[in-house]
Amino acid sequence: MRAKPRARLMLGNEACAEGAIAAGVRFFAGYPITPATETAEVMARRLPEVGGVYIQMEDELGSLSAVVGASAGGVKAMTATSSPGFSLMQEFISSAIIGEYPLVVANVMRLGPGIGNIVASQMDVMQARWGAHGGLPMIAFCPSSVRETFELTIRAVNWSERLRTPVLLMTDGVVGHMREKVVIPEPGEIELWNRPLPAVPPEEYQCFDPGPDNVPAIPPFGGKYRVHYNAAIHDFRGVTTMADPKWCEYGVRRLAAKIEAHIDELTETHSVLMDDAEIAVFAYGPVARAAEASVRQAREMGIKAGLMRTVTLWPFPEKQVREMAKQVEVIVVPEMNLGQMVLEVERCAAGQAQIESVTRVDSMLITPKQVLDRITAVAPRRQIPWPS
Amino acid sequence: MQAKQWEVRLSGTGGQGLVTAGIILAEGAGIYDGKEVVQTQVYGPQSRGGASRSEVIISDEPVMYPEVTESDVLLAMSQEAADAYIHEQRAEGIVLVDSTFVKVVPETRAKVYAIPLTKIAREVARTEIVASIVALGALATLTGIVSQDGLEQAVLARAPKGTEEANRAALHAGFAAGHEVREQ
Repeated sequence: MRAKPRARLMLGNEACAEGAIAAGVRFFAGYPITPATETAEVMARRLPEVGGVYIQMEDELGSLSAVVGASAGGVKAMTATSSPGFSLMQEFISSAIIGEYPLVVANVMRLGPGIGNIVASQMDVMQARWGAHGGLPMIAFCPSSVRETFELTIRAVNWSERLRTPVLLMTDGVVGHMREKVVIPEPGEIELWNRPLPAVPPEEYQCFDPGPDNVPAIPPFGGKYRVHYNAAIHDFRGVTTMADPKWCEYGVRRLAAKIEAHIDELTETHSVLMDDAEIAVFAYGPVARAAEASVRQAREMGIKAGLMRTVTLWPFPEKQVREMAKQVEVIVVPEMNLGQMVLEVERCAAGQAQIESVTRVDSMLITPKQVLDRITAVAPRRQIPWPS
Repeated sequence: MQAKQWEVRLSGTGGQGLVTAGIILAEGAGIYDGKEVVQTQVYGPQSRGGASRSEVIISDEPVMYPEVTESDVLLAMSQEAADAYIHEQRAEGIVLVDSTFVKVVPETRAKVYAIPLTKIAREVARTEIVASIVALGALATLTGIVSQDGLEQAVLARAPKGTEEANRAALHAGFAAGHEVREQ
């Protein structure tokens, strides 16, 4: 007999659940919805094994409010849903932003609008940024593979704890329902971040008095520290000060600043064959895998194509895209929506490169050929040699 | 040896165990043989009755595009599946049809092997449910995309308690059937 292998073949949604458990999540409340349900199924089975709690709630509003409550109780908590459920959760995401409760929402995107279909899309990537009222900066990661789903779920939990803010994992029906190998690290091999705890005695503690990184310390409810959950504009003690413009301004700007201060750490992009590229493809999620295949095929045809894949949707990798736009002449942006992140690419390119949007909304994954067709369509104009 | 990527499509009717067969093939090649693998399937109303399919990409290198565009290996366990998928089959590859159900093989330039997979399953294991395991055994012999040893470990790891012997018998019957048609 061979030794028991460490790698496991895992569904994307299962990797999300296992990543969450590895990150220390011990509470999950959810409502089943295709194509996200397997995350809840695995959590229902696995959480009791590690001393955690799983609750199936009556709907998505209940799910996320239970998650906020568990987080307030001091437990790392999350939920998983798909697009229609994600819409229902926006109110509590906004509420958790101002209440500063760490939590993770995994959205396994399907096709919209409405109930749409149950397969796959990337149609909620702008909603991730702008869906919750208030328009504050969001953190959202987007995996291209099952292994990356595992890793980014851990990263999402870590950042939510460190910055006391909701973090989104924007996956989709393709990656969620795909099986690939994952090696689950030993517990000591994973770096875990925890929410900041008070360094002062209870009588000196103010629950929204931030540290130097603009993040307040947070003890669990029910101890000696007085903690207040307030989704209205409040002062350091958590007392409502919504009539005071100064507290309004301070509250909103501090919540933005605590995320903006970490943009360089948060934004991760991967470049393939970009060094001498004249045509770039900018992609995320499983579409980036089609894009990489197309870029390699283009190279075989003598076209200098390259790929920038982003794993961070939000904050948007502005610097990286700005630099790319100075280097290349064309940026092709394939997406499984009507063209959403292409707007950010256009904004950051600021006229420095020609932007080409490639869209697909039939619930199927974009193919390498679709991307390659656009690359070759724009390439000849660049490839005509100067007459000798 | 040059890196090789195999795109495998397992197709048939809902209830034939093709999604599980895809998982077992991916585990045999990926977990036990150490290859890179991606497994996907078609869910939805098609999963009971009608056409059903599961796909596995097996590679020496990380798999870029995760879905099968044209198959190198096609398993067709119903006439409908053979009719639907043979046109997305590469000429250099192979097609394995379950001759229990596939009576007319559509025209293809690929090498076609016909084995009565379901009939064999009934004979060696007294149940049709392991027909897809017979198929995996035959594919292992015919293509080498998964080692017989790796596949057997994957089959036994997935077999529900009490069904190990039926699955093992089906698998070995598949190995033998694959050998037999290759010699013809």
